[in-house]
Amino acid sequence: MTTVVAPPPETATVERPRPTRRRHQRRPIVLAGITWAYVAWSLVPVLIAVQFSFNDGRSRTTWQGASFRWYWGDPYASVFHNDELRLALTNTARLGLLTVLIATPLGTALALGLTRWRGRASTASNTMMLLPLATPEIVMGSALFLVFTNLYTVIPLGRTAQVLGHVTFSISYVVVIVRARLVSVGSEYETAARDLGASPIQALRTVLIPLLAPSVFAGAMVVLASSMDDFVVSSFLQNGYSSVTVPIELYSSTRSSPTPALNALATLLLLATVIAVTLAWLVARRLRQADGKTIDNLAVMDL
Amino acid sequence: MARSAADQTQSTRLWPALALPGTAWLLVFFVAPFYAIAAIAFGTVDPLFGSPIPVWNPLQWQFGALSGVVHSALFGDLRPVFVRTFVYVAVALTVCILIGYPVAYYVARLAGRRRGLLLALILAPWWINYLTRMLAWINLLQPDGYVNRALQSVHVISAPVDWLSGNPYTVIIALAYGYIPFFIIPLFATLDRIDGRLLEASRDLGVGAAGTFWHVTLPLSRQGLLTASAITVLPMFGDYYTNTLVSGSPTTNMVGNQIEFYLLESQEKAVGAALVLVLSVLLMALMAYYLVATQRASKEAV
Repeated sequence: MTTVVAPPPETATVERPRPTRRRHQRRPIVLAGITWAYVAWSLVPVLIAVQFSFNDGRSRTTWQGASFRWYWGDPYASVFHNDELRLALTNTARLGLLTVLIATPLGTALALGLTRWRGRASTASNTMMLLPLATPEIVMGSALFLVFTNLYTVIPLGRTAQVLGHVTFSISYVVVIVRARLVSVGSEYETAARDLGASPIQALRTVLIPLLAPSVFAGAMVVLASSMDDFVVSSFLQNGYSSVTVPIELYSSTRSSPTPALNALATLLLLATVIAVTLAWLVARRLRQADGKTIDNLAVMDL
Repeated sequence: MARSAADQTQSTRLWPALALPGTAWLLVFFVAPFYAIAAIAFGTVDPLFGSPIPVWNPLQWQFGALSGVVHSALFGDLRPVFVRTFVYVAVALTVCILIGYPVAYYVARLAGRRRGLLLALILAPWWINYLTRMLAWINLLQPDGYVNRALQSVHVISAPVDWLSGNPYTVIIALAYGYIPFFIIPLFATLDRIDGRLLEASRDLGVGAAGTFWHVTLPLSRQGLLTASAITVLPMFGDYYTNTLVSGSPTTNMVGNQIEFYLLESQEKAVGAALVLVLSVLLMALMAYYLVATQRASKEAV
């Protein structure tokens, strides 16, 4: 045989394998059909639910024209005039913000510590940090409920307990996101700062923290979105009316007293989550694009 | 520049000091709560009020509640609940595989210029609140909702179907609907990484499309399939809210519903805690199987 099979060029191995389509292959109509049907199945009901939040009538099944009645028009039942619905919104916002304010610094510090600190205690702490990610919500919720009702009885169930519970499942998200950035940044910039006479804390403050800032922000947004979306932990740590959140309200009212105001509440939650996730995504994208630039900026920064 | 001794100690103490607050938080609010489950499950009960008295010393633990739950799960009242949970989760997972695999495969390998759009669309449900998605379906499945009206207009049914009171099919489809986004994404990631040249090689060697899928794509995506199944099944086993929302009937009760009932609505908290322990052990066994299979697969790959 004289045919020599040439090894693929070097670039081909670095390149991500692209789907290859043969000319003689038929267009995958069946697979495309299943995929678009799935997309419709998963998203169209939500779009219809959003549409009905603007319904002018009381019905959630018959369209009676568009209005903002269930957002603010109705003086009793709209989201902005009904005490319970408004309380659910403010509770969710407060819970999310407090969780972000506590979990973000804790998680960032833990990510820094676990990446640079070596030893058996560090490994154990790392394992413990990963466990909440694999714990089913109902197990986490039951555990927190039992510990607050039996051991930490100084903290009653309610809004404080909910914040503590949300921080507990949020820390790991921040650690995972910040640590990924920490690994890609490497330790050279920090070492350079140290060699130029910066103390470890100075190097951390002036070099590492600015480099990590965008990933910390992305982590904070993911925490905000997952806190606003959480139902199980909030519900196990709830103490009646005063600690109702949007997901709890959606759960308890869906079967009992459904008006389109509930759809309006769900739409507002959706909007808030989309904003948080979009911000996180934009920052992550800019981070990828401007990676070189950040380091240039750092080079001219006065240590 | 030589570093001072003070600098060195600062350096060796800085990183553990940074890890300390987060570690302490997780010890107090994650590890201790797990111990509390055991202390309640193996504790005693106040004879007057029936409220649980946690026993923190493992040497004084009593296993009455746990053996009661295990006995009931194997031979008694809880047996249908456990069987039902396994059946519902198994069928819902099958639905996830049957719908999710083609979708992940198409988006990862065949979507062409629509790929970005489709990826965004299959990621979207991740960030739509689970209860919102359920609420959306509950609106559609009302007696006078769009689903019944559509089925009546094409004469599939003559009278509205009652979907939302103890219909097991609704519960299973709702579970699949709720968790399938978490199934598709890990599978997509695996299928996306498969080297297209391997599939081409198989085609060049004369294997048909079906054969290539069966002998090349499917084995290469086994790991992703396993990860996707683990991610889907774990929360399904502990789910109670889906069931309450779309059925609300004791005839479709799952383990999660029993846990919620015993912990939040009854005095027998020890039974609830023992149920959480049983569920945790089951799920840990599943996770262990997953980890062993993953390790075996990565060894085979080397």
